[in-house]
Amino acid sequence: MNNSVISVRNLTKRFGSFTAVDHISFDVSRGEIFGFLGANGAGKTTAMRMLCGLSQPSDGTGLVAGFDIAANPEMVKRNIGYMSQKFSLYEDLSVNDNLTLFATIYGMKNQEIKKRKAELYDFLEMTDIKNSLVRDIPIGWKQRLAFAAATIHNPKVVFLDEPTGGVDPITRRRFWELIYKVSSEGMTVFVTTHYLDEAEYCNRVSIMVDGRIKALDSPNELKLKYGVETMDAVFRKVAEGAQRSE
Amino acid sequence: MNNTLISLVKKEFLHIIRDRRTALITILMPLVLLLLFGYAISTEVNNINVMAVIDFHSDKSREILKKMEVNSYFTFIGLATVEELDDAMKRGDADAGLVMRQSDAQTEYQIIVDASNPNMAKTATAYLTGLIEPAGNSLVTTRTLYNPRLKSSYNFVPGIMGMIFILVCAIMTSVSIVSEKESGTMNLLLVSPIRPAMIIIGKLVPYFVLSCIILAAMLGLSYGLLDIPLNASVFNVILLSMLYIVLALSIGLLVSSIVSTQLAALIVSAMIFMIPIIFFSGMLFPIDNMPQVLQWLSSIIPARWYISALKKLMIQQLPVSYIVHEVTILGFMTLLILVIAIKKFKTR
Repeated sequence: MNNSVISVRNLTKRFGSFTAVDHISFDVSRGEIFGFLGANGAGKTTAMRMLCGLSQPSDGTGLVAGFDIAANPEMVKRNIGYMSQKFSLYEDLSVNDNLTLFATIYGMKNQEIKKRKAELYDFLEMTDIKNSLVRDIPIGWKQRLAFAAATIHNPKVVFLDEPTGGVDPITRRRFWELIYKVSSEGMTVFVTTHYLDEAEYCNRVSIMVDGRIKALDSPNELKLKYGVETMDAVFRKVAEGAQRSE
Repeated sequence: MNNTLISLVKKEFLHIIRDRRTALITILMPLVLLLLFGYAISTEVNNINVMAVIDFHSDKSREILKKMEVNSYFTFIGLATVEELDDAMKRGDADAGLVMRQSDAQTEYQIIVDASNPNMAKTATAYLTGLIEPAGNSLVTTRTLYNPRLKSSYNFVPGIMGMIFILVCAIMTSVSIVSEKESGTMNLLLVSPIRPAMIIIGKLVPYFVLSCIILAAMLGLSYGLLDIPLNASVFNVILLSMLYIVLALSIGLLVSSIVSTQLAALIVSAMIFMIPIIFFSGMLFPIDNMPQVLQWLSSIIPARWYISALKKLMIQQLPVSYIVHEVTILGFMTLLILVIAIKKFKTR
């Protein structure tokens, strides 16, 4: 268990009489790519908000990067990165300004920022566009930049909230190469997605239905267990009995 | 000061500067409004077109005609018969007429005014009466305090300032925060280790600075061009305005925590805060003339207290002790709104 970066036990969130997240438990280990699936309204976002220290659990415990999400959300926030589905960045600032801003927000020192930015430009092949305004660069670049901004401080875990929405298959493919790269360097990747082919790229996948985790295993094991060929079919079988939807 | 805050503030300034059109409008609009109200839109009555009907000439009548010609409130059109005056008034060429007739040993005067604009008519009557009765003869002496030349710009400057800061601070702050909500960058700030208070301060500081620049420009214009007397209270005017700016910023913050789209932020700031200011702040319509209910309503409008205090300082040139009441109310409002806004911001 020492190897686990995220460790969740009976995590629950209630809003009044409605239980959005209902006693979920799982562990994610260092460097793992963990797919967090579920239909709209299944409770994914609520669970993720708790893991990011944005929302207090009603019940249960969660450790992220070694810190308790209820008792020490500030330390959790320091050790995670977060990329939203809209590739949120400051559109009227340059690529460079955006990275500097997020690095400073995470308390990095000037020297460190300089070094890390140089690394990222190189890694993402972005040196040529570093002074362009974000609103002027193509969506594929924006996606990579949003990822760079989320990981600039070398967090232990990065949460990716539907990071591939609205981009073409080639860009998606290239983005997953990035994910593999950082995970091979030891960063844990916690990713939600609606593209079930992407679920195949994850080391392990959990599927949430009505606030509970209904299935959790590697894609191959899941396909074997449900006796189907694709993750898409697995998902449909698991989510069949869902009561809630948006 | 820490690094994070500096970079947040810097980022906000970049936003303001990069959006050149908005920045330009924000700085220029207050000055244009001030000049418009100071020069063009005036409630003073000037250039009243007057005709005179005289059936005799005497020293007295000549004196009155002479006065009319040199007085800047009147434009003397000329002598006329009663029929011609009637005609001119119907056409709108003349606003008023003065008829002088000799009967027995006395001179009889009749003032005829076009009262389709009652305000103008009253003023014209008063002016003409003043011409006929030489000052020495009257038992009544009038002293106009604080604004001896009765300039309407004296009344408008505080009003415009009360309006501008709400406009700039409340609208710009709320729109800029809400646009971060819309684009999702607010979420990134919230998942980062920055404390919410820092995010708020990082938003407020740039707009506070911007407002202070506008304040300086408006005061410069008021004192330099509109001839508002410059005196020791300028410093107090600045302090009072800064308090009001903070209040307006808090309103912007509050609006941003209630609404979720930029359009809604704009509408709420404009409708709920601007329109009442125009009507109920005492800028255009005296509060004492309003029905009691509206008077109560006006007392919850921050601009009313700011404008009232500003008039006392700028126009009446009273010392600070006379605005303690207003400052207390403004201070209390600021605190209340700020606390509610921060609470709402944090729970989101």
